[in-house]
Amino acid sequence: MMPALEARDLTYELGGRALVDGIDLAIGKGRFTVIVGPNGAGKSTLLRLLCGELAPTRGEVAVGGQSLRRIGAWRLAHMRAVMPQAAELNFPFLVSEVVSLGVDGIGRGLTRADRAGLVRQALDRADVAHLAARYYQTLSGGERQRVHFARVVAQLAAGRSVESQQILFLDEPIASLDLRHQLAVIEEAKALAGAGVTVVAVLHDLLLAASASDDLVLLRAGRLVARGPAEDVLTHARLAEVFGVALTSPVLPTQPWAAIPAAGGSAQRL
Amino acid sequence: MKAASPAHAGLQGLRTRPLDQRVPIVLGGLALLLVAVSLVSLGLGAVGIPVGRVIDALASAFPGAPAAPPGDALVVLQVRLPRLLLGLLVGAGLAVSGTLMQGLFRNPLADPAIVGVSTGAALAAAVVIVMGPRWFGAVPFLALPVGAFCGCLIATLFLYLIATRDGRTSIATMLLGGVAFGALAWAFMGFLSYLSNDQQLRDLNFWSMGSLSGSTWAKTAAVAPFILPAMALMPFLARGLNALSLGEAEAFHLGLPVQRVKAAAILLVAVMVGASVAAAGIIGFVGIIVPHTLRVLTGADHRLLLPASALLGGALLVGADSFARTVVAPAEMPIGILTAIIGAPFFLWLLLGRQRGIGA
Repeated sequence: MMPALEARDLTYELGGRALVDGIDLAIGKGRFTVIVGPNGAGKSTLLRLLCGELAPTRGEVAVGGQSLRRIGAWRLAHMRAVMPQAAELNFPFLVSEVVSLGVDGIGRGLTRADRAGLVRQALDRADVAHLAARYYQTLSGGERQRVHFARVVAQLAAGRSVESQQILFLDEPIASLDLRHQLAVIEEAKALAGAGVTVVAVLHDLLLAASASDDLVLLRAGRLVARGPAEDVLTHARLAEVFGVALTSPVLPTQPWAAIPAAGGSAQRL
Repeated sequence: MKAASPAHAGLQGLRTRPLDQRVPIVLGGLALLLVAVSLVSLGLGAVGIPVGRVIDALASAFPGAPAAPPGDALVVLQVRLPRLLLGLLVGAGLAVSGTLMQGLFRNPLADPAIVGVSTGAALAAAVVIVMGPRWFGAVPFLALPVGAFCGCLIATLFLYLIATRDGRTSIATMLLGGVAFGALAWAFMGFLSYLSNDQQLRDLNFWSMGSLSGSTWAKTAAVAPFILPAMALMPFLARGLNALSLGEAEAFHLGLPVQRVKAAAILLVAVMVGASVAAAGIIGFVGIIVPHTLRVLTGADHRLLLPASALLGGALLVGADSFARTVVAPAEMPIGILTAIIGAPFFLWLLLGRQRGIGA
């Protein structure tokens, strides 16, 4: 089957130094792939190349078999959404307006009521519905990240009516989140993957990355060190070699945390 | 949280309404304000004319209407109406330019006059006034607005290039670069003043202070073809500027042709500020007071903010002009002085507010 996302000899040089160096990668539809590696390994750069934000110095990226070079920004926005590490906003937008940005452009073909519905759903999924009428600028870092998660969820939902093959890129989506919301965002991303959306994320937390992902991509100094299921990638030898740490237990713990169901009986909606 | 007064609560209610409900309320209200300010302004001056007679005089311009007293018709139609329309065009143009620049730089502190863009336009106009007769024997037709447009374009591009790296705009670099550019432009203007004769010196002085005096139908007609088309194009940038407020990369991810939006915004600013400066000189702070007030009261969405800025900018400048030409009658205060007196403290307040982290 044709991979949803493919990189061939992907290289990005800046100032004579290769930040991403000759990476070959094929990611199947609906897989949850997490890019890990120490600081400066080129994780975010790889993500920015894969989503089309940066143009590679050498090699290319293909989405659904088609080269990114031949896909315009407008069509690409229907096929993938990108959640940034941090986006500052200097104007007094309400949270609901920030989320609406995800559907205002590519959702133009939908009715106003449909767009409003998508925004409401996205606010719910990211657990920011109660913040909808707040000013974005008054939110904490973690709340802001959840708002952007809602925005990309809304964008994907708006693009779905046009493009069935979709990719979600998450650049350290949970860096400022508390543990409960980290799990919630990961769960939502997994649910999207379950629904056929290909998910590519950069995560710092190795344990969370290991438990959440279908595949890990391990980078060091811009090069691909290993890829595959977590237990194959994060071996004792590699953890020592790449990260300089030793695992204190014989095996990688899976699922270190689980969200506690709400008292009401139904699973807690975060 | 402040204790909510009824007015405050009413505005808060307006702010959280969906855009399609806010647009008619806000634009309708501002249009009424604009009409009211205009009618009062037409009646004010050396000869006071009550609003009823102003309306009669305006109506007398249309065929079939009863004739108004000839004095009223002359004053209203030939003296005050062209000045009013020029004020509306310039005020709307400056306020919208401010909104566009702030959207482009993703920062509420960008104003054409503060960051040296108006100064660039004024310098180019000064070059035309002083050097035009030397080079061409006279000041060529339309050379003033076209020259001001070029000066403005160069200044905006320069500013954008030095302040933006990798899609991130540094506000400090923008403001300081604007200061440096402004100082350089003023120095050249000073140099030009040494080459000027008496009449040219008076013209230069007029340009640097900003004034709507000397408005004629011809001047208004020369400015309209620059500002009105720019206004007609501005709605097409609204979504782009909304997305751009998240950052250039994010706007690209949302499917925006980022470079085109930026180029169009720079071009429209250059056209409108160039035409405004050519007609009325440097009038500062309109481009910062108007969008900021509207963002706080009616929201940051450019689909509403841009047209609302045009209406409030026109009303503000006409109101300020009415005050400037009556307060020291029979003399006239240059309106640029008045807008600076109101605007500079406003700018400082805005700056301090941002420092405390309330930045809006």
